[in-house]
Amino acid sequence: MKALVCVKRVIDYNVKIRVKADKTGVETENVKMSMNPFDEIAVEEAVRMKEKGLIDEIIVLSIGTDKSQETIRSGLAMGGDRGILVKTDNEQIEPLNVGKIIQTICKKESPDMVILGKQAIDDDCNQTGQIVATLLGYPQATFASEVKKNDDNTIDVTREVDGGLETIRIAIPCVITTDLRLNEPRYASLPNIMKAKQKKIEVVEIQTFGIDIKNRLDILEVNEPPERKPGIKVQDVESLVNKLKNEAKIL
Amino acid sequence: MTILVVIEHDNNTIKQSSLSTISAAKKIEDNVEAIILGKDMNSAVNDLKKCDHLKKIYTVDDKMFENPIAENLSSAIAKFIDGKDFSHILSPSTTFGKNMSPKLSALLDVQQISDITNIISSDTFERPIYAGNAIAKVRSNDKVKVITVRPTCFEPCGKNSEIDSQELVLDIDVNGNVSFVKYDQSKSDRPELTSAKIVISGGRGMQNGDNFRLLEGIADKLGAAMGASRAAVDAGFVPNDWQVGQTGKIVAPDLYIAVGISGAIQHIAGIKDSKFIACINKDEEAPIFNFSDYGLVGDLFEVLPQLEEKL
Ligand SMILES: Cc1cc2nc3c(=O)[nH]c(=O)nc-3n(C[C@H](O)[C@H](O)[C@H](O)COP(=O)(O)OP(=O)(O)OC[C@H]3O[C@@H](n4cnc5c(N)ncnc54)[C@H](O)[C@@H]3O)c2cc1C
Ligand SMILES: Nc1ncnc2c1ncn2[C@@H]1O[C@H](COP(=O)(O)O)[C@@H](O)[C@H]1O
Repeated sequence: MKALVCVKRVIDYNVKIRVKADKTGVETENVKMSMNPFDEIAVEEAVRMKEKGLIDEIIVLSIGTDKSQETIRSGLAMGGDRGILVKTDNEQIEPLNVGKIIQTICKKESPDMVILGKQAIDDDCNQTGQIVATLLGYPQATFASEVKKNDDNTIDVTREVDGGLETIRIAIPCVITTDLRLNEPRYASLPNIMKAKQKKIEVVEIQTFGIDIKNRLDILEVNEPPERKPGIKVQDVESLVNKLKNEAKIL
Repeated sequence: MTILVVIEHDNNTIKQSSLSTISAAKKIEDNVEAIILGKDMNSAVNDLKKCDHLKKIYTVDDKMFENPIAENLSSAIAKFIDGKDFSHILSPSTTFGKNMSPKLSALLDVQQISDITNIISSDTFERPIYAGNAIAKVRSNDKVKVITVRPTCFEPCGKNSEIDSQELVLDIDVNGNVSFVKYDQSKSDRPELTSAKIVISGGRGMQNGDNFRLLEGIADKLGAAMGASRAAVDAGFVPNDWQVGQTGKIVAPDLYIAVGISGAIQHIAGIKDSKFIACINKDEEAPIFNFSDYGLVGDLFEVLPQLEEKL
């Protein structure tokens, strides 16, 4: 089996976000960038399946600027076999168009399993996997917290849903999106980081896809969220209860 | 303009998330219609018929909708709207809506607007990005606007109406590549996390699952829902669906009490629309204090029993 794992380069989750003064977006200059945390989980899951002999090849795909090669390289250091970068000048391509690009790559590579993060922590869209599954006509299992391959050509996926856990059975080929508790991604070892430098990353220009990547949403402005007014420290339990009763009038 | 709201329900009652989505729809435009797909869902439909603001209700009752399989739901809804003139299709941004709605957007070839928190006009919306550390105002150029709505940002609609429903038969094939296996519902007698007036959550500072009993006594007295940080869930103290935050549940109660939670941005993202936030933490430098109206520096193992007693 072949797995295609989609990885996005985003601002590192530890960085404090700053909105640009001109309200056009958030500051990305000199800001630490990393692989989207859910995509690390996606890579890890593919690597574990490969270690169990369920998968023969892992392709790590990113759509972005040249710098996304670093993100792909991290995926290769974790255990991916080869990379594909679909190169664009535009930093933020919308999920619908990302989905169409992934669809085109899938037509060429015919993966048995496409694994994505459930959500990119920059746009917080939570759409791309569902779009890819729809465009390809593959079944989807979103928000996966456990993935179990059966002996026939199906997979049982446990999904984190609002009221508990749902299990569904999907046929291969399929799309899976990862939730936080699917696994804990490994740190790439130094030898593996070195080895990853030899692995191949194919770079394809986005123009060759013939997909109109114009955004459908205009971002009119990006603002700071409203600040909460500063609170106070209370001395003891009694004054806490007092405040809740008399000031907040909740109890 | 006519808006279609896709209703989330459990075949018995409709979810509060749907009531908020109906209110959001009404803010865009008066012409609001709803579609509900399920199996043996008479009581859910009766519930829906009472909802304010709805001009029409379409029901689809079929075995294939007994469980919310996204493939079947999205093809059915796409088939239903084909040739009709809906301007907006709204779903709640719960796991139900997040799973299904982007498929609809792909079938219609439009870019979904996820998790809107505010409506500026019929084509312009606000939505949080970067875990709510920035708010984007976006305008959609698509003909049909497929939207998911953050339920906590819109008051649930009232239930003072009585309108008819119209049963539809949609001739679609069940998707043979996906089947439902089981649903392990986490059982709780407490209010639902996302609609409770008071929420009390524990973090890594609770040390283990047993210690959550210290919160239970307080939750009982306050009629509060219980939640947790990711660290507490990952450590197996409490079930997954208790997680509050950017990638868990977004809550906006009148009072949120964070106990033994440091206040990472991903956690704050899920609580900052709460009216009041109180916290108990032994580290006075913990970031949670910057977001709390009332912060108590102290050891939770001493403070919680006192708090329970004083309530
Ligand atoms: C992609 C991504 C998504 C994430 N999504 C979420 C999310 O949705 N929700 C979420 O919560 N997190 C999320 N996180 C994790 C988040 O970054 C933090 O790691 C997590 O919130 C920390 O949980 P915590 O505050 O319980 O633990 P810690 O940060 O370890 O804090 C424990 C706190 O307990 C206090 N404490 C310890 N003992 C006591 C005591 N006896 N009495 C009083 N106080 C005590 C300590 O002072 C400390 O402040 C996400 C992370 C990533 C990377
Ligand atoms: N530009 C991109 N390149 C590669 N993968 C992406 C890209 N954008 C989104 N994805 C994948 O889609 C998932 C969900 O993204 P989103 O729908 O934007 O929240 C991410 O976790 C990635 O796995």
